[in-house]
Formats: sequence, structure tokens, C-alpha cells
Amino acid sequence: MKLEAKTPPGPLAEKWKRHQGSIKLVSPNNKRRYEVIVVGTGLAGASAAASLSELGYRVKAFCFHDSARRAHSIAAQGGINAAKNYQNDGDSVYRLFHDTIKGGDFRAREANVHRLAEVSVRIIDQCVAQGVPFAREYGGLLANRSFGGAQVSRTFYARGQTGQQLLLGAYSALCKQVGSGAVQLFPNTEMLDLVLIDGQAKGIITRNINTGAVERHAADAVILATGGYGNVFNLSTYARGSNATAIWRAYRRGAGFANPCFTQIHPTCIPVRGDYQSKLTLMSESLRNDGRCWVPKKQADHRPPGQIPEDERDYYLERMYPAYGNLAPRDIASRAAKRVCDEGRGVGTSGLGVYLDFSDSINRLGLKTIKERYANLFDIYHEITGEDAYQAPMRIFPAVHYTMGGLWVDYNLMSNVPGLFVLGEANFSDHGANRLGASALMQGLADGYFVIPYTIGDYLASVKPGTTPKTDAAAFTTAEKETQERVQRLLSIRGKRNVSYFHKQLGKILWDGCGMARNQAGLEKALQAIPELRAEFWKDVNVLGESLSMNQSLEVAHRVADFLELGEVMCMDALTRTESCGCHFREESQEAGECKRDDERFAHAAVWEFKGDGQKPERHTESLNYEFTTLATRSYK
Amino acid sequence: MKVNLRVWRQRGPDSPGEFKNYEAADLNPNMSFLEMLDVVNDRLASRGEEPIAFAHDCREGICGTCCLNINGKPHGPGRAIATCQTYMRSFRDGDTITIEPFRAKPFPILKDLVVDRSAFDRIMQSGGYVSVRTGAAPDGNSIPISKEIADRAMDAAQCIGCGACVAACKNASAMLFVSAKVSQLSLLPQGRPERHRRVLSMVAKMDEEGFGNCTVTGSCAAVCPKEVSLDFITRMNRDYLAALMHEAVGRAAGKEGGAG
Repeated sequence: MKLEAKTPPGPLAEKWKRHQGSIKLVSPNNKRRYEVIVVGTGLAGASAAASLSELGYRVKAFCFHDSARRAHSIAAQGGINAAKNYQNDGDSVYRLFHDTIKGGDFRAREANVHRLAEVSVRIIDQCVAQGVPFAREYGGLLANRSFGGAQVSRTFYARGQTGQQLLLGAYSALCKQVGSGAVQLFPNTEMLDLVLIDGQAKGIITRNINTGAVERHAADAVILATGGYGNVFNLSTYARGSNATAIWRAYRRGAGFANPCFTQIHPTCIPVRGDYQSKLTLMSESLRNDGRCWVPKKQADHRPPGQIPEDERDYYLERMYPAYGNLAPRDIASRAAKRVCDEGRGVGTSGLGVYLDFSDSINRLGLKTIKERYANLFDIYHEITGEDAYQAPMRIFPAVHYTMGGLWVDYNLMSNVPGLFVLGEANFSDHGANRLGASALMQGLADGYFVIPYTIGDYLASVKPGTTPKTDAAAFTTAEKETQERVQRLLSIRGKRNVSYFHKQLGKILWDGCGMARNQAGLEKALQAIPELRAEFWKDVNVLGESLSMNQSLEVAHRVADFLELGEVMCMDALTRTESCGCHFREESQEAGECKRDDERFAHAAVWEFKGDGQKPERHTESLNYEFTTLATRSYK
Repeated sequence: MKVNLRVWRQRGPDSPGEFKNYEAADLNPNMSFLEMLDVVNDRLASRGEEPIAFAHDCREGICGTCCLNINGKPHGPGRAIATCQTYMRSFRDGDTITIEPFRAKPFPILKDLVVDRSAFDRIMQSGGYVSVRTGAAPDGNSIPISKEIADRAMDAAQCIGCGACVAACKNASAMLFVSAKVSQLSLLPQGRPERHRRVLSMVAKMDEEGFGNCTVTGSCAAVCPKEVSLDFITRMNRDYLAALMHEAVGRAAGKEGGAG
């Protein structure tokens, strides 16, 4: 596997500009002779599809949702970062870059992250122009708030619905292009395989969710913007439909999978209540601006929170990380919550919870201000738990929220498979071993609006225009046949266990073995359990219904079958990386409870190559060179 | 707890449908309504019956995918919530609960409780946007927008496109949905240059898709999970009238012959 990062030379701040000036272009009248497939219509996919078609490319956009407005980007609550420095508090492109690199515990590529910080400012402009109703101050200018892992106020927001508003902006841009006939949209259509011709990505195989029809689509390039794979854990803050199938099928066709063990556990979610539960709900990190995390100082203190006096409370984040306090980054805040719960000081009936308390802020700022800032979040909390967080503190606990790992891409966002591009959460590029709050929206839109429109030209310029393959090419026939066979296989097992059983089991194995803290014994145990579970799945799964109609059990079975493979590679990755960094906490590698990195041996991205079913995948590395930052121990104390 | 379900089952778009009864026992009142359906489906599958198809995704009330009509009310008994935010504690032990798909002619049933709401997308494609190309935007702070206007636009922008407004309306009108988008964009200076064209085009598309007209009964706003206000319909009617007049004036000027 060849992993050429293609990072441009020159000073950090000049790289992107120079690269844009030097990469190949496709002339305007040739653009319409290229067909581009975009899979996924979240922030990255919708913005890419709209922007590419504006340039003149013929675009086909696919999503499994019934509408391109529903991808899970929509659920992001808190905000989007941009180095505008409207607050005059010392922010800059360099500072956003540095916060992100440091926040990722020095496991991301410098040049990519700097580019992200550079284009962040244009994203805000673009979204404002589309009519995204960002929060404003009384003077009419854009408002900001602070977020974890930063000491400046650079987060733009639209109430607690920033993701929704940004996605609707990108969706509206996409609608404009669909309306004019420039984009062909395929909702209710799930990608089940990637088609390669002469080693280049030339199309996809899809299944129509409403009719069950398996179809072939050819193109000159394929873009995957299909999001993260956190649902491998079953319980997560992801939408139930979020899945890894597109990227996993691409991996099986030769695309490298980078850092699969880098999964973010978000500190502020509503705790698990029962085994019937289907998802976990996030309480935006923005709440930590005004909420204080605490647990009782005593173990097993079951008094109601209001009866625990101030001096018997442990505001553990403020105690452990005085410089950042409640705004410590996610990985750190999550582990701290786990630690106090492991000590037996957790709250709630399960003991797996901590308080997030707003009483100080309500006293200081007034109920009205707090309501203005967070009313919808308090409402969500009330709906789910039946409790009023204005009266008593919220109970929260960490939950799986995001995956920093994903398909490996070079500086142009192209995978090692020529013609296969990967954007947004689906790639591994910008967040290293931990993502900072309000940076996912930034990356999705940066990739779609401001990176891929330039970098795809560099590849397409080398493809002869008008040579889009026909869908009767042998590679399409083979791939479609394989997909059909898999569908039939799933439907013919008719075993005793439902798909949900396997998903829950897998989730439990991974949460225990490859969750917030990992160790050799636990990972080895998981690595034994997963293949057994997978074998049981293919022997005993019960998928009812038929192939040529809407069949939701079949949809889920496809996804869980892929999770059962992906989970194993995650554990292999976590086992091999014997250091701790960011979200990846190996208990064997710590210093006073904090991550102990091993830069000598692990300052690299680990990239896994598929070697065939039943074969161990091969681990490759892309070494990460820090030319412009110093590899420092990350401290938020 | 235990409830009795009366569920609409329909094999496909062209098949006849019917209510089927299912007993759902051993439930936890803290389950969400959709988690209750997950449990029922698991039990159905275990005894070889095909699970009930229903649409869902984010399960936190923001994606707009879930769309059940529960006891005759879109999204169920709660106020200002989507189906997925309905919890079993809203029902009593032993209740009979009727579950149907959203019913409206422009939303054909695909299977069981899943309907086709692509008409909403086609309305959006007819004009629900600001025509700005990627990269052409001026600095975000170059156009100050008063907080009141921005907040009002945000009130409208909250619509999640679930279609409950249509399902609740006796005329299957989409006016609340369309007026929310029209109002968001006509309130903001960025959307004003296209406001006439936008409202005419979106309303024409809405009619073409077979949505009925508005008789201001307000049932749409009453079931809206985001409490989008009926005021936006008034606002859109005004925008629509202004656009018609603008068009008429433009036509008259054209007849007289302008400067060319």
C-alpha cells in the first residue's frame, strides 16, 4: 500500500495557497464531461455535491435517508469554530490550528489542520450568505461562545441547533443545483459496494431502500462523505441509521483504514437507563460554559444533590484542570468522569453518572439568560428523564459520539485508491486522537465547500474526459453479483437470533474492551470474542422478508455484518498502539492518570490494509512530522 | 406496563392495508415510543412475523424522519415534540394505542407506517434557497442583522420537515412548511433579492404536488414539533400578494415598453 501524503512544501501558512496555485485544473468546458458520485448528503456530502456541480461537473448524490436534509450532521447542537477573531480576544488562524493539533494530541497532519483553520473563516461567510440564522448580538453582528479545549471565544452558533441550520444551508445549496438539473439526487439509496476498474474508483453498487432494487452507477470519481462508525458500539449519540458500510466496503476494495481505534467518547450525555435503550442523547458541550461538573466527595453518597453541602462536593474538573476547568477537552473530561465513578462516587441509581449543575450560573446570570442559551437542551433533558434541570442538576455520563479514525486520505482528500475521495467524519484527516468541540461541522464544510472543489481537479485532469465507464463493464457485473449474493445469503440463514442481538453483543464487547480505557488483556479478550460472534451471526441470524421490497431488517443486517468486521480491526489497532494519546487511553501507558504518549514509536497514523476474509489485515504507517509545532505533553492544568 | 397496539400494516404502495392488533407486554415506562416498537418488532421477528416498518433516524427530535400518527394525532400526545421524543410514560397501563402513518394524498404510503415525503424536497428545489455560489460570499459581519430579525428568522428556520403539519390538516395543506422557509429567507437581507420569485415558485410547486389550501384552523401549528407559528402563514400570504403585485407592475411596465 502506497501512502503518499502529498503535503506541499513551503512554510505552513503558504502551503495551501501554493498548492491551489500549482495543482492541475480542469477547463470549464471539460468539467461537464466528468461524472462525480457523492455518497452521503450530510454537511460534507451536500456541500461537496452543490459546490462541484456549481463548477460544472455532473454530479450524482446519494443518501440512504428519505431526504437529503436528514443526515446526522443535523443533530450537532453546540456550534462551529472559525478563526474570525470577532471577539478581539487574541484568536488567529494559527491559534485555531494549534488548539486543534494539540487537542488531537499530536496525531494529525499539520498541513491539513492548518488548511482547516484557514478556510474556517470563509465557511461562516458562506453560511451567512445562504441565510443561516446564526445568533447575533444586539448590534446586529455575529455572536460567539466558548467551547472545550480553547481559551478564546470562536464558536458560532444557531441556538442549540447549529448542525441543523448549517445542514439546511448546504441542503438548500444542493436543492438549488437539483432544481436546475445540475445534480441528480438519489435518496433512499444505500451504497453497498465500490467498483474499481484498473485500480481506480469508477462507480458504486447501490440498493434502493424502498424497492430493494440493486443498481450500478458509474463515474469518473467517487466521493464518500458517509460519516463516522460510532454505531459499532450499538449505543451511541449517532442516529440509528448511521453506519460504516460505505467506508467498510471501500476498505475491502483496497482503501486504507486509518486509526480505527480513535473513537471519541463525549463527556456530557444522558446516562443509560435500560437494556431496551436504542440510543444515547448528547447534552451539548456548550452547557459546560455555564454548568459545573461535580460528584460527592464521599463514596456511595445517596443524598439528593440539594442536600449535599458545598464543602462535601468535588468539582473534579475544576480541581484537576484549573486552567480549563469545566471546559477541559472531551477525552479528558470523559476520563475524569469515569475515574470518579470508578472510585464509587458516581450518582444516579446505576452509579454511572455525574452532576452538571447550573445553579451558580442561574444565580449569577438569572434564569432568563440560561433559558435563552439552553432552553431546548433543558427541554430535551426533561423529555427523556422527566426531570427539571433548572431545579436540580442534570445527571450526565460519557457516551460514544464521534470517530476520528476513518479512511486514510492524502492532502487532496484522496484515499490510496485513485479516484476515491473521502470527506468529513468518514476520513481520518484533521482531528488526530481527539476532536475539539465545534470542529466537526467546521471540517465537514471545509472539506465540501473549500477543499474538494479544488483538489478533485488535480485527479480528474489526469483522466481523459468522456471516458466514464459503462455500467456493463465486467467489474460492475461482478460487484453487483457479489452484492446480490450477500443479500440472498443474509435472507436465507433464517436463524434463531435477531440482528439486534448481535449488535448489542458487539457493542458490549467493544465498550468493555475498547471503550474509555483499554488494556492488553481486555483487547485480547475482545479479539477473541468478536470473531466468535461474527461466526454465530452468519450461522444464526434471523433476517425476515424479501429482497425486492422495503426490508428494514435486511438494511440493518448489512450494517451490523460490517460492524462485526470493523470492530475487530478497531481492537487490533488499539492493541498495537501501546501508547496512550487523546481518546486512546492504554492503562499500561499513563502518568498520574493522564495519557503518556510515545512519540518515538507512535508519532504516526496506523493504516490498515484488507488482506482477504480470514486473513489478518496488514498495518502500515504514515509518519507524522511536526515541523511547525513542538511535540509537547498536552496539559490543561 | 402493557399496552395493546392497533397498527396499520400495508405490504407495499399498491397493496391494501389493514389494522393488526398486537399485545405489547413487559414494557418500561421510560422507554421511548420507538424503543417500544423496537421491542415489539424483535418479538415479532422471533416468532417469524415480519417486523413493522417505521421511519426513524436521529431519535432526538431533530432529523424529521419519524412520522407516526398516534391515536389520531401526528407525533402523539405530547406538545412540541416529534414521535421519537414520545415516552411510554405518556400512556397508561392497559391503554389501546392506534398507530397509523401520516395520512395525506401527497404523502403516499410505501410500507406499513412509512410514507413518501419527497414532495417537500421538490418544493424546496423549486426555490427554497438563496442563490449564492460557493466562495462568492462577503464577510459574515458585513451585513448587520438586528437580533430581533435574526431570532425571528431562526424561529422559522427550526422546521424539521417532518410533515406533521400536512398530516394534521384536513386539507393536507403544506402552508406551514412552505411559509417557514419563505419567511426565514424573506426576513433576512440575504434572501430579499429573490423573495418575489421564491414565494411564487414555491407556492406553485406546492399546489402542483397536490397539497390543499389553508383555511387557518391552526391544527398544523398545534402539532408542530418545533412550534413553528401560524404567523408565518400570514406573512407568506402577504409576501405572495406583494410578489403578485410586483409581477403585475413588471408586466405593465413591459407592455409600455421600457428603455430596453
